[in-house]
Amino acid sequence: MSDTHSNTVAYVRDTMLPEAAPPPTEVGVVGWTRKNLFSGWFNSIVTIICLLLIYYVLAGILPWIFQSVWTADSLTECREIMQATWGESHGHACWGVIRERWPQLLFGFYPTEYYWRPILAMALLLVSLAPILFADRVPSKFLYVTLAYPFIMPWLMWGGTIWNPIMAAMGFVLAGLIINYASDVIGSLGSMIAAVAAAILWWLFLTTPVADVFASILPLAMETVESRQFGGFMLSILIGVVAIGCSLPIGIVLALGRQSDLLIVKSICVGFIEFIRGVPLITLLFVASTLLNIFLPPGTNFDIILRVIIMVTLFASAYMAEVIRGGLAALPKGQYEGADSLGLDYWQAQRLIIMPQALKISIPGIVSTFIGVFKDTVLVSIIGLLDPLGLANAIRADSAWTGIYWELFAFIGAMFFIFCFSMSRYSMYLERKLQTDHR
Amino acid sequence: MTTVTDPPREGFRLSMLIYDTRYRSATIQIVALMGFMLLAAWLINNTIQNLNALGKPIDFGFFTDTASYDINQRLLDYNSRDTHLRASFIGLLNTLVVAALGCVTATIIGVFVGVARLSPNWLVARIMTVYVEMFRNVPVLLWIVLFMAFLIESLPSPSAFRGEDAASSMIFNDNVAITNRGVYIPEPLFSRGFSDIHLFGDSPLRMDVSMNLIAIIVVLGISIFVMRRIRAYASKTQEATGIRPTTWYYQVGVLFAPIIALMVFLGFHLGKPELSGFNFSGGTHLRNSLIALWLALSLYTAAFIAEIVRGGILAISHGQTEAAGALGIRPNRIMSLVVLPQALRVIIPPLISNYLNLTKNSSLAIAVGYMDITGTLGGITMNQTGRELECVLLLMLVYLTISLAISAVMNWYNNRVKLVER
Repeated sequence: MSDTHSNTVAYVRDTMLPEAAPPPTEVGVVGWTRKNLFSGWFNSIVTIICLLLIYYVLAGILPWIFQSVWTADSLTECREIMQATWGESHGHACWGVIRERWPQLLFGFYPTEYYWRPILAMALLLVSLAPILFADRVPSKFLYVTLAYPFIMPWLMWGGTIWNPIMAAMGFVLAGLIINYASDVIGSLGSMIAAVAAAILWWLFLTTPVADVFASILPLAMETVESRQFGGFMLSILIGVVAIGCSLPIGIVLALGRQSDLLIVKSICVGFIEFIRGVPLITLLFVASTLLNIFLPPGTNFDIILRVIIMVTLFASAYMAEVIRGGLAALPKGQYEGADSLGLDYWQAQRLIIMPQALKISIPGIVSTFIGVFKDTVLVSIIGLLDPLGLANAIRADSAWTGIYWELFAFIGAMFFIFCFSMSRYSMYLERKLQTDHR
Repeated sequence: MTTVTDPPREGFRLSMLIYDTRYRSATIQIVALMGFMLLAAWLINNTIQNLNALGKPIDFGFFTDTASYDINQRLLDYNSRDTHLRASFIGLLNTLVVAALGCVTATIIGVFVGVARLSPNWLVARIMTVYVEMFRNVPVLLWIVLFMAFLIESLPSPSAFRGEDAASSMIFNDNVAITNRGVYIPEPLFSRGFSDIHLFGDSPLRMDVSMNLIAIIVVLGISIFVMRRIRAYASKTQEATGIRPTTWYYQVGVLFAPIIALMVFLGFHLGKPELSGFNFSGGTHLRNSLIALWLALSLYTAAFIAEIVRGGILAISHGQTEAAGALGIRPNRIMSLVVLPQALRVIIPPLISNYLNLTKNSSLAIAVGYMDITGTLGGITMNQTGRELECVLLLMLVYLTISLAISAVMNWYNNRVKLVER
């Protein structure tokens, strides 16, 4: 072979060439641009069209955002300033409305002197969420704040005597005590039933009188704030947080019910889930605003925000149940059988083996349900509550700001975007953190 | 040594209802059923008591009363002397119209955006990501009112179209006028057309069915059937002889010749919208409320569909693309012939739930005054008659029926395209 070559090829290289640097058009910025933006005639045309598009959009939006008026008390004043500064040209935002009305957009008609209460509630919310959201970085002592939060928050928001939330919390303490001490005497199931019965009796008949007695001895109370004064992002966050917090446990129970072998339990759960998922939220809000009082004993008339929260919670839990059911179905059957073979009973198996894995699988779905619920809170403006969108209409009804649209929409949209986008980023972080499989 | 002992024969004890697995499930179920029935009975009892106290027992008689409100965007004829039932029926059709329009456009935009997010062109992928995140993270109601405000505030009024050097002009050869009162598009007219047939007499469900439309659908159906026969013949010949006969000109002829002949026979022409007085007349008037709702719902749902499409495409293993490339198939045909058909199986189930969401979100029409079923039955009719219970329950029933119907149809389709596994 080699001598055939030695005859036909005039020159054969017998040493390696030194490694050369790649051509400058293949590396660095130029190489990246060629590869990602101008890899062919079609891609080049698309890139140029996209650049033009971006230019036109930014050329329209950036001056609107930044060449704008911040100090004005009415739209007319805004327009005069614009006229004086930039002449006849259109396309300048009047952020004066945000500067003047942002307390209203955030708190609605909540009394100004009590703004510290929702702010404190929000801060405590962050503190109480921290040990759950960032379990590995925050000391678990903060969990006590989390436990106390459901009782502190309503007191901070609505005011009234402190003894009501304390007595409501006492119901849980009572139930816990009964489970702890009576289980040796009447068995675990008996103590469970006794605890639930005692707690319900306590809440129904004893809470109010006992709270009244304590309140007369030691009147610790804050000024009451009416529900119709609630509004703005405070209202959205309030409804969203309560609905999200309550829908997760209810959703888990519904999902387990739907997966169970008990026919009647299963059909009740399926019926509930499919009914709620089949109707739009707005009809459930109609129920909250007009019908819920009809379904309850004559004379009951409770708070509109509470009614809305109940319906939004029911709505969210049906969706949550479906997401968790997906997670349960995705677990391999061996996990259930493994739990059985270890001799765990149903609840132990769920708590120790099934749920941790199923919830982990369903994190993306759970978070997108959360985001959906939070976004859906703006629907309450249709039944007349003053959420940000309802407030935008109220602000436009003021003669000083008639005809102002884009600034309000941009502000509200940006706020929602920040909340929802950070939630979805958090879910990605959580997914990465909980990932245990090797890749 | 083994001893055989009988299991202890015990009598039935009450505790066995809980601790014996043979009885436990029955116990739990009976308790659950009793609890459920007690709850239901309690709610119904409360309702009856409350309604009696209010003096308005359940009664659907209000449906035959005169509605006396107007519905401006409608498919069938309606006037304010019609009954509430007729108004609700018109509203239901409006819901179905916007849901169908929205589903179609959302699918088209969603598939396009989903594929474009995977584009090798970095800029295109980024722009599409921005679009998806922008629409997914802002409430749909905000988009709907934003589009509505945009249509009303920034489009020219009809008077801007008047005069010699008008500020605005109609587009598409003077066929379409986009104004702040809505969009005017040409309407199909037939100078020698058949007359309409009136169904259901004078009842609330009455409707005029255009014989022209039926004739067109029938002719198109026959054409498509014949075309498929020709294609089947071509495939058969190809299987028998290995050579596919060229039939595309037959197919085009069969598809277009009869329908064009029919159009000419019926005297088809377009009725252009024309400026008369302060407004346009003639043509079909699509109101702002419909356009805003349609656009907002489509773009919002398309962002979700784009993510589903992207996920579906990513779920197809890269080996499929490479194998298709090794067979010498061109990139865009790889997408349409190899990847998309397989991805469709992953895509369809979540797509169904997004269609359902779009249909349910169309109830937000009430925010921009588009008279769908929520705006009629759950809006003006409810406020006029004060029959909250009947109206809301019926409204829920209607949406439940629509939802179940959509999911039944789409599940049927899903079962058809599903990969048959052993």
